[in-house]
Amino acid sequence: MDVLLEARNLTKTFGSLKAVDDISLTVKKGEILGFLGPNGAGKTTTMKMLAGFLAPTGGETFVCGEAVSTASVKARAHMGYLPEGAPLYGEMTPRSFLRFVAAAHSIAKVEAAEVVESAAGAVNLHSVMEQRIDTLSKGYKRRVGIAAAILHAPDVLILDEPTDGLDPNQKHEVRRLIEAMSVDRAIIISTHILEEVDALCHRAIIINRGRIVADGTPSELKSRSRYKNAVTMLMPTGNADAAAAALRAHKAVFALEEAAEGMNTRLTVLPRGRADIAADISELAGESGWPVTEFSVDSGRLDDVFRHLTEGDA
Amino acid sequence: MALMTIVKREFSSYFATPVAYVFLVIFLVMQGMFTFYLGSFYEREQADLAAFFAYQPWLFLFLMPAIGMRLWSEERKAGTFEILLTLPIPLGTIVVGKYLAALLFAALALLLTTPIWVTVNWLGNPDNGVIMTGYVGSLLMAASYLAIGAALSATTRNQVVAFILTVTICFLFLVSGLPMVLDVFSGWAPDELILAIANLSLINHFDNLQKGVVALSDIIYFASVIGLWLWINRVVIERKREAG
Repeated sequence: MDVLLEARNLTKTFGSLKAVDDISLTVKKGEILGFLGPNGAGKTTTMKMLAGFLAPTGGETFVCGEAVSTASVKARAHMGYLPEGAPLYGEMTPRSFLRFVAAAHSIAKVEAAEVVESAAGAVNLHSVMEQRIDTLSKGYKRRVGIAAAILHAPDVLILDEPTDGLDPNQKHEVRRLIEAMSVDRAIIISTHILEEVDALCHRAIIINRGRIVADGTPSELKSRSRYKNAVTMLMPTGNADAAAAALRAHKAVFALEEAAEGMNTRLTVLPRGRADIAADISELAGESGWPVTEFSVDSGRLDDVFRHLTEGDA
Repeated sequence: MALMTIVKREFSSYFATPVAYVFLVIFLVMQGMFTFYLGSFYEREQADLAAFFAYQPWLFLFLMPAIGMRLWSEERKAGTFEILLTLPIPLGTIVVGKYLAALLFAALALLLTTPIWVTVNWLGNPDNGVIMTGYVGSLLMAASYLAIGAALSATTRNQVVAFILTVTICFLFLVSGLPMVLDVFSGWAPDELILAIANLSLINHFDNLQKGVVALSDIIYFASVIGLWLWINRVVIERKREAG
């Protein structure tokens, strides 16, 4: 697969603060990379540097092989960018704004009309095309921003929190759109919504205090969680105490979590060394005659990994 | 092409709100007041536009910064700065395009004053060549103020701050040739310095054109002022790009 977006040793300092510290990454054609981190970790600063808006203190970004600092116009022609908060010209209508963006990409007038229509169609904008942008809802504004980022069919898409402020239906729509577009593109999205990474991204990078602290597929990252291979059982609270005692005594069990749910108790068994203990626990439950109504094995939890890697930060 | 794209968007944004129309009306009313009351257009009983042009440097001192103040500060405040600077258009083209849009708006305001030109021709036989160079002088002065305004607009997110900074700098450029400034230097400063300060003044170069004198030095002066401030504009944007 071809690498369409590459960042080498990006660094950004603001005075004495190192906001981004030596970040390198690549995104290949067909890949969606999730860029994660707590607020203030340097996500947006990195996205701004990738898009060529913010000049890095050190390092370089390449879009389709073109260096953003020296061949900036060429590099930007290959790139679609949705800045954080999707800023827009409020006094324009979506149609005039998208026409402007098309013209800026040197798309000829006749073709521009089609391109604008299809981008607007992709994000369901048709009903508001003639309204002033500053009268639109947050969701529509975000969609206008996305339409502007995709209308010239860029090879690389840099989307800073593309689903922020959207309702669940709109989120779903935008995710499907990003997924559909990823086939022949390289896409990087920043987000702090972990389910989005799970649902959408082929790979995820977690940053904290400006540095990359994890890089892998969502399942690889999840497997680093304490909950990898954890077994969860639901049983009547009357039986839970005995079960909990037996489980705590089991040598493969690292920890046990109990949570009341109405008349029942949910027991979550964390295995020592993330080992696969489902069979053992199931056997134990059968032998002990616990009335288990639900039994599931966890594949790991991204939020747990995220918290573990970035804890201690506001 | 890219230049026209920027000019078109920027120019039409002036008319997106009633502000442009309000501005044009205020400009025409004030221009009329300056010409007829302060300039004593009728009492002079001369078929020329000297009264019309005489107070323009002072009228423009407040109106041109009002046109230029939003150019960059509004983009920076709204965050659209980020969209603009990540389009595949060279920064120089964006700087010039925005500036030209503001200049075009100022030119439109000037164009709306031409009925007074027609009027003096109806009342008498003015020297239309002098009036023509007078208008060229007005436009060049507006262009200089706007170049200063555009650059200072890039330094802040706040339009009011941009306006005040621009009025202040334009004022210094305007009065540097007047006795009230030159007197401060005369007596102790070398004559060359006083001459240099006097030459910096917009008003001296503007006056030449009002008299119908088209000197290369005046044209070079205006071109240099505009060029310098557009360059400063670009440098300011580049610095903002590094600072985030």
